[in-house]
Amino acid sequence: MAQKETMTVNMGPQHPSTHGVLRLVIELDGEIIDKITPHIGYLHRGIEKLSEHRTYHQALPLTDRMDYLAPMSNNLGYVLAVEKLLGVEVPERAKTVRVITAELTRLKSHLVWLACHALDIGAMTVFLYCFREREKVMEIYEKLSGARMTSNYYRVGGLSADVYAGFEKDVQEIIDTFPGFFDTYEGLLTKNTIWLQRTVGNGVISAEDAIDAGITGPALRGSGVDWDLRRDNPYSGYEKYSFKVPVGEKCDTFDRYKVRLVEMREAVKIISQALNDLKPGPVLADLPQVCYPPKENVYNSIEGLIHHFKIASEGFAAPEGEVYQGVENPKGELGYYLVSDGSNKPYRMRVRPPSFVNLSAIEKMAKGSMIADLVAVIGTLDIVLGEIDR
Amino acid sequence: MVDMAENNRAVIKLRERFAADIVEVKEFRGEVTVTVTKNNIVEICNYLKTALGYNLLTDVTAVDYLGKSPRFQVVYNMYSIPSKDRLRVKAQVEEADATIDSVSGVWSSANWLERETYDLFGITFAGHPDLRRILMTDDWVGHPLRKDYPLQGPDREPYKGRLS
Repeated sequence: MAQKETMTVNMGPQHPSTHGVLRLVIELDGEIIDKITPHIGYLHRGIEKLSEHRTYHQALPLTDRMDYLAPMSNNLGYVLAVEKLLGVEVPERAKTVRVITAELTRLKSHLVWLACHALDIGAMTVFLYCFREREKVMEIYEKLSGARMTSNYYRVGGLSADVYAGFEKDVQEIIDTFPGFFDTYEGLLTKNTIWLQRTVGNGVISAEDAIDAGITGPALRGSGVDWDLRRDNPYSGYEKYSFKVPVGEKCDTFDRYKVRLVEMREAVKIISQALNDLKPGPVLADLPQVCYPPKENVYNSIEGLIHHFKIASEGFAAPEGEVYQGVENPKGELGYYLVSDGSNKPYRMRVRPPSFVNLSAIEKMAKGSMIADLVAVIGTLDIVLGEIDR
Repeated sequence: MVDMAENNRAVIKLRERFAADIVEVKEFRGEVTVTVTKNNIVEICNYLKTALGYNLLTDVTAVDYLGKSPRFQVVYNMYSIPSKDRLRVKAQVEEADATIDSVSGVWSSANWLERETYDLFGITFAGHPDLRRILMTDDWVGHPLRKDYPLQGPDREPYKGRLS
């Protein structure tokens, strides 16, 4: 009598292909995955709790520490939510710069995804190339905000400062050179036999199951669901730009790879349109109750100094109410649900984490496949543990 | 602005079928929030998903209104991919009976989201297939997002600013 016997294998929390501190307890029948139990929370910093004790301006730097591969996209969702709560209109130039930087962030995040995904499967060259290109985006980040990762560049009502001299030139260089780099990656991977064997038919999840599991973003579009918040519920002026929303057909890892590569090309197109659209003007709303005063006033007049002190220490009171703002992050739908009791601090700030919900589908995607394919499934989900654990 | 909320297609349908459960309908910044009692939450969610097309459960969370009655509101943010609109349903949960039926049978995405709400708020989801803590460790005492849980943790002095 043959008897089924399973073996339990622990993977992580320190494992190179878990992209952070993720621990998976896997039950194996031979080499076939029978059950996966993820254990998360190793990076839990209580960001939602912390934000309840900070003013709206002070809670902003917490947000770019969640998805540290796409900090500006996180900031964008938060400032949009607060602006919605306040009913504030942002100047046109600030909106356009936000779109450019958010799309640069998408490139940055997708480059890390491709690099690590390829490295997990064994393609080291792509990893090195992607990090080389990511560095160019990081340089723009550093010039804009002084930081390579924790940008904190946006403000409620606009931007912390206008772009530096030469920003347009740097962005134009990305527009000109990046499509060629994407060709290189595709040349290395799309028809690569090893790549195809590892990704085609791997991690299949049907459109219906994907929606049921709450998967959003490129992972959902890879399953053939034509839905993108930037197009369907536009924010920050995305309705002005034309771009394609790629969808997959076979719902597997290879289709999700194709979707993300097209998304990178489309991001470059959006950046190009937005850069042409960039007109001189103010980058911060004229709202002394909410926004910080210009630095020259702070340094040269007592009124400006008092104003700055008041905004920095006390902040502003938001009207009583609750809002939800979802943005299309590189990982999926990132949502901020803010509840205000009329004071100067959020009564409750809830972050709807895309990676957290996407990860919950891992068992559905990997069950029945070989254990070696699990790293490809983790890679294709494109998770960031900083945002899963918050 | 009440008219706009009342004209919402989901609100009209919910008023027809679940009139006894609806506590309040509110509209703020173009977003519609329906507050309901917790008794028929699974039926309401099932109806919203199957009949009204809210096929994507974006988020489940809770808000702790310490000192008010009912103390907790469990918040369901849902989205309809076919008609591209959002709806927020809130269910009232009393502190004395901090339990509500799980909607993980309606949308499987509720599984982890309800676990997180249980972990951080201590609200029990009846009928949940796997209700364990998810972000905190299994042996953690207390529920950190409750308003009466101190920011610095239960066993430390509150931060009083820099000493120098």
